Amino acid sequence: MRRPIRVLIAKSGLDGHDRGAKVVARALTDAGMEVIYSGLFLTPEDIVDIAMQEDVDVLGISILSGAHMTIIPKILKLLKENDLEDILMIPGGVIVQKDEIDEILSWGIPAIFGPDTPLQTIVDFIEENVDCGVVTEYRLPG
Amino acid sequence: MAEKKTNAETKRWEEETLKKFQVKRSERKKRFTTLSNLERKRLYLPEKITSEYMNKIGYPGEYPFTRGVYPTMYRGQIWTHRQIAGFGTGEDTNGRFRFLLSQGQTGLSVDFDYPTLVGYDSDNPRAEGEVGKVGVAIDSLGDMDALFHGIPLDQISISMTINFPAPIIYAMYIALAEKRGIDWSKLTGTIQFDLLKEYIGQKSFIFPPRPSMKLIRDVFSFASKNTPRWNFINVSGYHIREAGSTAVQELAFTLGAGIHYVEEGIKAGLAVDDFTPRMSFFFSSQIDFFEEIAKFRAARRMWARLMKERFGAKKQEAMRLRFHTQTACASCTARQPLNNIIRTTAEAMSAVLGGTQSLHCNGYDEALGMASEHAMQMALRTQQIIAEESGVADTVDPLAGSFYVEELTDRIEQEAMKYIEEIDRRGGYIQCIEDNYFQQEIADAAYAFQKLKETGEMVIVGVNKYQIDEELTIDIMTSDPDSANTQILRTKRLKKTRDNLRVNALLAEIREAATNEEINIVPKILAAVKADATEGDIIQVLKEVYGEYQEKPVF
Repeated sequence: MRRPIRVLIAKSGLDGHDRGAKVVARALTDAGMEVIYSGLFLTPEDIVDIAMQEDVDVLGISILSGAHMTIIPKILKLLKENDLEDILMIPGGVIVQKDEIDEILSWGIPAIFGPDTPLQTIVDFIEENVDCGVVTEYRLPG
Repeated sequence: MAEKKTNAETKRWEEETLKKFQVKRSERKKRFTTLSNLERKRLYLPEKITSEYMNKIGYPGEYPFTRGVYPTMYRGQIWTHRQIAGFGTGEDTNGRFRFLLSQGQTGLSVDFDYPTLVGYDSDNPRAEGEVGKVGVAIDSLGDMDALFHGIPLDQISISMTINFPAPIIYAMYIALAEKRGIDWSKLTGTIQFDLLKEYIGQKSFIFPPRPSMKLIRDVFSFASKNTPRWNFINVSGYHIREAGSTAVQELAFTLGAGIHYVEEGIKAGLAVDDFTPRMSFFFSSQIDFFEEIAKFRAARRMWARLMKERFGAKKQEAMRLRFHTQTACASCTARQPLNNIIRTTAEAMSAVLGGTQSLHCNGYDEALGMASEHAMQMALRTQQIIAEESGVADTVDPLAGSFYVEELTDRIEQEAMKYIEEIDRRGGYIQCIEDNYFQQEIADAAYAFQKLKETGEMVIVGVNKYQIDEELTIDIMTSDPDSANTQILRTKRLKKTRDNLRVNALLAEIREAATNEEINIVPKILAAVKADATEGDIIQVLKEVYGEYQEKPVF
């Protein structure tokens, strides 16, 4: 039997909005996953270090500060450099503009969970996409 | 007999409280009427004034202030319309301030960007991507000057949502007033400076709680003497609520922090009746219409009783809880965003029926990004329609005596008092922060709310009921990357051109004052900002002395 799905929920940048991240962390725990919540103010380097050490399957990044177009590429670059492309990286938070969403998805990010996303949608998505045999290939912008 | 008693008590109120107040502030109109031209009275009272009524409800402008902090409330003066603004540079936000003032806004409120909130200058690598993004970037006195260019600081009240760097931002503000020849005694406004709630909501903490209390004591001492009309703290439930608490928790955790701040003021050698009148509060108004009204009324009564019974306050002003309200961002939805105007209207109405002193209504687009100019105009119009068309402002505390509202007010007070007793039992407010007590209570409540939404038991129109296929049709405000670059270059240039020897000497004095109870740190900070020390410089020194807070997160 497979081990439970391991998820890192992380906050990056200087954004202190942690309500959504905590609620998602708890919902994933209730769904039987092993969840690590990083706490606030992490750098992309911190996050990728934790992801590596904890050997996670999924990395959820919560960003409500508008800094997503700066932070996400940095994390992707580090995942590639550290050969961690098997980690499913999913951003969440206030990411709502169509041009930005299209751009982020073009980097190989499988999904973005914006405001009003039901918890069950997140749980289902992770369960369906972890271990489905498809290896993500992240492409860096520019 | 009953009739006579009412008259006697009311006469006493008119003589002792109302008349004195009206000398300072007359009412907006000679006569207030309904649309049918029926008289709208100032105050509606029960047939019998019982001792129970006097203990629990009483008259407006008198202990226990359940019916409001002023005897005539909005008949004398409408609450301050205070829409918050902040993005880009000082110049950018100044443009938004002028727009809001041109639209009839009556107070200003500043939102700072994340680097400013957590003490990094715009040129710090940790600030990358966040400069001017969700608030205005303020690094130095020059930035503050740009922010308030052309705004008469002696004529308008200004509220600033800043916490750990508040002593620095306050120092910049009074330095700017001095530069413009404005006497400090004329300054009216507020710094949020509620450090304790940062550990449990909002989360823009910098130093650990215990050493940070030196900043509280010094600002209380300095501000109560030197800027007598300035609110040097705005004890805030708003962020606790937005982090997911219930109304009862919001109230209890806010007043609990208030208690701690009073104790710090006493520790600084201040007399309760002298400094507490300048403490102010800040609450959220959520979508549960009557619960919010009851919460505001309970807040006033509880604070009055705490100040009188726990701290022995004598002056009425020391027992009076004045507060700002913001409608709940957490109730705004990204889907069908125009629905947020309706939610905001109901929430604003609760705040007004609850007796708020100032109000911010959220923009309909705030679940999606920064509020656009149009969204802020709509939000301001919401306030103006409630104030000037609906008639609710024409009588004091119109819901007093409602069986429902009075009982709900009592229930909220009882439940919130249980939490206050629990905080005491657990060893006080800071101990509870260190033990993650508040954080766990709030996380539990936030998760419970989310579950109710998921099952549909809690209806969110447009999200879990009445959904439509929709494309995002409103324009989202984005920040201008040129503003961030301008700001970064300006701060870098300042650091090269200022007298750095002098700055370093003044920073050394701040370091010395940081732990020395004999030296107030505020004049040291004031001298440093006048010499163009930046916020980041000063925070760095304080970090070296106080350390940085490491959260042990719970969910």
